[in-house]
Amino acid sequence: MAMAASEIEALIKAALPDARVTVEDLAGDGDHYAATVVSEQFRGLSRVKQHQIVYAALRGRMGGELHALALQTAAP
Amino acid sequence: MADTVFDRIKGDIEGNDVFLYMKGTPLFPQCGFSARVVQILSHVGVPFQSANVLEDMELREGVKQFSNWPTIPQLYVKGEFVGGCDIVTEMFQSGELETMLSEKGVATKAQA
Repeated sequence: MAMAASEIEALIKAALPDARVTVEDLAGDGDHYAATVVSEQFRGLSRVKQHQIVYAALRGRMGGELHALALQTAAP
Repeated sequence: MADTVFDRIKGDIEGNDVFLYMKGTPLFPQCGFSARVVQILSHVGVPFQSANVLEDMELREGVKQFSNWPTIPQLYVKGEFVGGCDIVTEMFQSGELETMLSEKGVATKAQA
């Protein structure tokens, strides 16, 4: 029940090819991460919409395999 | 089946200015993220109602589908989904939370 930081990054980049993604493992347990995602596709979108795009990129793992992801999103 | 839980959710969020779906209760939060949102709401001094999704699996899954948001806690103001712990924290730190509450006519400690 855990994910690798690289897997999270790859999934986000697959959905947002232009994104600059940083993923930090908060607790070393593969379950609690912090991520910042900067992408042009976020421009003009509310924070909720921006985060929903990232959650969709994680294809259902958010809240299941991935227990916690502290997310910071922004347009460049 | 989903309709009844969606109806319940609609009733919660439209029947209360500020409504928080959380793990545990405001007095006994059972998750750090839920606890943080409770702290923020108490700090801002806005009265709110809450539901403990740990006691109701149908609600716990239903609210995630309702808002298309995969995690708990979930904060609603005047029937609108505001966000989870990250967004509420960010909005609080930038002062946006209090601005949004006053714009929506929700009294906070500062104004009460």
